[in-house]
Amino acid sequence: MMRLPGPGVAASAAFLAVAVLAAARPSWLAADPLAADPLHVLEAPGAAHWFGTDQLGRDVFDRVVHGARHSLAIGLAATLIAVTAGVTLGVLAGLAHRYADEALTRGFDALSAFPLLLLALLFITIAGPGTAGLVGAIGIATLPHYARVVRAQTFVVRRAGYVTGAVAYGGTRLRLVARHVLPNVLGPVPVLAMIGLGEAVLAAAGLSFLGMGPQPPSPEWGAMLADGRNYLRIAWWASILPGVVVTLTVVSLTVVGRHLQHRFEGRDPR
Amino acid sequence: MSTLIRVEDLHVAFAAGRDRVEAVRGVGFTVAAGECVAIVGESGSGKSVTARTLVGLAGPGAEVRAATFEVNGRDARRYADRDWRRLRGGFAGLVLQDALVSLDPLRTVGAEIGEALLAHRRADTPERLLAEVHVPEPGRRARQYPHQLSGGLRQRALIASAIAARPPLLIADEPTTALDVTVQAQILALLAERRAAGEALLLISHDLAVVSRLADRVLVMKDGVIVESGPARELLAAARHPYTRKLVAAASLDRRAGPPVRDEVVLSAAGLRKDYGRHTAVGDVSFDVRRGEVLGVVGESGSGKSTVAHLILGLTTPTAGRVTLEGEPWSGVPERRRRPRRRRLQLISQDPLSSFDPRWTVRRIVGEALPRGDSPLPLLERVGLGAAVLDRYPRQLSGGQRQRVAIARALAPRPALIVCDEPVSALDVSVQAQILDLLADIRTTDGTALLFISHDLGVVHHLADRLLVMRDGRVVEQGPVDEVYARPRHEYTRELLAAVPTLEVSP
Amino acid sequence: MLRPVLRRVATGLVVLWAAATAAYLALLAAPGDTVDSIVGDGADTPQIRAQIIDEWGLDRPALVQYLDYLARAARGDLGRSYLLHRPVSAIVGEQVGPTLRLAVLAAALGIALALVLAVTTRRPWARRVSSAAELVLVSTPPFLIGIVLLSVFSFRLGLFPVSGDRGFAALVLPAVTLALPVAGVLTQVLRDGLDRALDEPFAVTARARGLREGAVLVRHALRHALLPAVTLVGWLFGILLGGAVIVEQVFGRPGLGQVTLAAVTAKDLPVVLAVVVLSALVYVVLNTAADLAYLIVDPRLRGSR
Repeated sequence: MMRLPGPGVAASAAFLAVAVLAAARPSWLAADPLAADPLHVLEAPGAAHWFGTDQLGRDVFDRVVHGARHSLAIGLAATLIAVTAGVTLGVLAGLAHRYADEALTRGFDALSAFPLLLLALLFITIAGPGTAGLVGAIGIATLPHYARVVRAQTFVVRRAGYVTGAVAYGGTRLRLVARHVLPNVLGPVPVLAMIGLGEAVLAAAGLSFLGMGPQPPSPEWGAMLADGRNYLRIAWWASILPGVVVTLTVVSLTVVGRHLQHRFEGRDPR
Repeated sequence: MSTLIRVEDLHVAFAAGRDRVEAVRGVGFTVAAGECVAIVGESGSGKSVTARTLVGLAGPGAEVRAATFEVNGRDARRYADRDWRRLRGGFAGLVLQDALVSLDPLRTVGAEIGEALLAHRRADTPERLLAEVHVPEPGRRARQYPHQLSGGLRQRALIASAIAARPPLLIADEPTTALDVTVQAQILALLAERRAAGEALLLISHDLAVVSRLADRVLVMKDGVIVESGPARELLAAARHPYTRKLVAAASLDRRAGPPVRDEVVLSAAGLRKDYGRHTAVGDVSFDVRRGEVLGVVGESGSGKSTVAHLILGLTTPTAGRVTLEGEPWSGVPERRRRPRRRRLQLISQDPLSSFDPRWTVRRIVGEALPRGDSPLPLLERVGLGAAVLDRYPRQLSGGQRQRVAIARALAPRPALIVCDEPVSALDVSVQAQILDLLADIRTTDGTALLFISHDLGVVHHLADRLLVMRDGRVVEQGPVDEVYARPRHEYTRELLAAVPTLEVSP
Repeated sequence: MLRPVLRRVATGLVVLWAAATAAYLALLAAPGDTVDSIVGDGADTPQIRAQIIDEWGLDRPALVQYLDYLARAARGDLGRSYLLHRPVSAIVGEQVGPTLRLAVLAAALGIALALVLAVTTRRPWARRVSSAAELVLVSTPPFLIGIVLLSVFSFRLGLFPVSGDRGFAALVLPAVTLALPVAGVLTQVLRDGLDRALDEPFAVTARARGLREGAVLVRHALRHALLPAVTLVGWLFGILLGGAVIVEQVFGRPGLGQVTLAAVTAKDLPVVLAVVVLSALVYVVLNTAADLAYLIVDPRLRGSR
């Protein structure tokens, strides 16, 4: 039964589409994010400047649009690292014998014992601030989450009737893993990654806010917030509007992700 | 005699997404004080919803409509939540299927019974109530959690919590379904005792045989409608509705003797033993299965019958003893050498849904077991399915259809022996009979031997040539089915046979 | 009962050891000389270099260094800051107070808010509103919450001080900022748990006994809903500590977060390492405690009949 998504899901999907376009082709949507205009400093939102201008007279909307590239790319790259490593380790742990599994699982535990932000800060202390440090830090910090979920799922599938049964029908171990275990384990991963991407974008914004991300004058959402904070009393838009865009992005990713998750589960009950 | 419940033209509907599903469609009946009424039906017949509606617990979003709906002499259509609460426990006690989940697992059984007492301000104690339902050492048991009690004791504790406020009516929804036969007989005896003490009973069950001995009147429900009702005796002797006749037939299965068995051993187990740590799951089990023979393995939960199936299939390695398949060693052989011979030994399990890859269609599931290029259609037609199911996913099939697909897949490699592990336990009674008939046909025409594992002696009696009775991992008795049934030698076998519910009417 | 307790404690120790080792490996993996990493942007003279080599025992074999690091960490000796020229434990000890106050108040607020929301918003429209609010709270960066609260309550209404750590009033906005995302996540978890528990047969049985819906909710369902929430205690701590770094920055409060940020900026590795290892220690202790609490709440896990 095909069911139309609700208005919340549709709006979220539309927002994400715009965000992706902004990241891919920012110049289609906005002008130069670095163009300063000393005559129009800290102007309130209006027809000329939808999101107002910042302390250097730069258009906040243009900066938000161009910032999408940094913020989304950092989140995406970090999630990619986390998913690739997490899924590989998770499947290995789920298929491994008892002791190897135990060792890997304790490893995931140890890694998740560090609060995400602090682990990222340690990573940045060593590797230095900037985009690469941010990506690596968030990737490593969110890896255990995927590893755990995938390990648990591998465990379940491995013990499912159709896998033990397939042994009785005479399949080799490798064939079993390739035909039954992997497809059933990997199915939910993309949706999981989509919801996880929101978390990564949030973490990236937080670290940039602390000055650990792309260095000025690059427009990055978290960094813009930190910049505008000093003018909060007279120009709320310069910091709050970029923050709202971060929230909208994360909400949209979660809403669309959960929607897909429900659809997926509805199609494939276990 | 006063009337406790009177309903006429009762409808219960649920909102399911944008659709509306009518679970009960115009049901009418009465329950008088001290009477035992049974509602019998298969899954989805609306029997449980009917029972729960009587205490105002049809469920969230339920829409209840009725021409007459009198509970305790008052019009229940106008009941507010407060009125319902006074009735629940006080007028009617509810006993559900499995006490392991029907009692709060985080609280002691004493606390659960005490809660019912408190809700109705009764000056009774949990210990006394437990003693009343014949729980030994009630003082100690009251301080234990549900998972610490055996299935039978748990169910007794659940009944104790339902009768705590002395309701004149006890509604029991499948009260014995999760239990072993011998325990089931004890719980049924307890319910009979409650009834003798003057409580009215409303029994809900899928099993006609279970209720037939206890009920004054039986209502047969199908698809939300009562298709037939009457005194149990009349219903069994002369059912008018075809569906009732089908149920009666399914509950009193005739034996289907197979053709004479050739004296050619297909599989032989000698001195099989399996230890898990200090626990012995299976100890010293030996038997032979001959070509075209059906060997029944009967036992209650924990008897080791499923471990035997795993040992035979080579899914676990025996601690001692050996299995021989078609004259050659089977257990203790490296998996690589065993793999080509696996086709000779197939499995049909209780829950076919979990035994199919959820992403595969029926075509692929059955096709995989066939030589490359062979169409799965002839096999599916043989098990009574058509081309319509070919491109469906397992979850889109009914329970009976799934089990047919499982049989088709098991037949595909032309095995010498099929291990059937509780193959019909998850199915409705009327479907059970069809699947058993199909298995009987296969054995007759193909000469495939079956190792038929079940907790249900009636089902085994229908099909098996010989019988193996297991208890605590050991074989207590074995022999030809007719002989074991007619002259059981072991005490336990006698107990088992006596506990089997049969279609009998209370005198 | 003793076996599961010992097992969980042992697991905790193993995880702790692995975490300490991971942190140590991070130090080794740092590009360049270890001495360079430790010196960072601090004063760099031959004397200081010699002092570092001496203090960290960098002239000894790697394995000995590693074992020595573990032994000293176990004793609570986390090295010296080369920026502030003082033992790390003293620096952390001084600054842990304000952060702790903030975290405890935020946790209490968050948990209380979550409990109230999860239990009271059972009606369809209320839960829809609450669910949407939870989603927004969970998805909003904590610094945005802080900045919005600042601009409304401090700048516009002048109800609370803009920054600093003087008195309870200065603690309110930071604690609320930190508590809101926590409440968002916890409410979702509790609500799911309640929904699941209320669908269980034992809830039907409890209602059939004549219990009020409220009594079913509080006496039966809530305990079941709290079980999964208990396992989140380690996560909660991480969120609070990470959040504290940001919130202290937004509100200009002193505390562990400010120390950490200053250390990261100055590449004062011993301090960052100490904070990270310390947070892992607290995480593991909390998680082990939660596991043990599970044993108390859920009799099914206690094993033996």
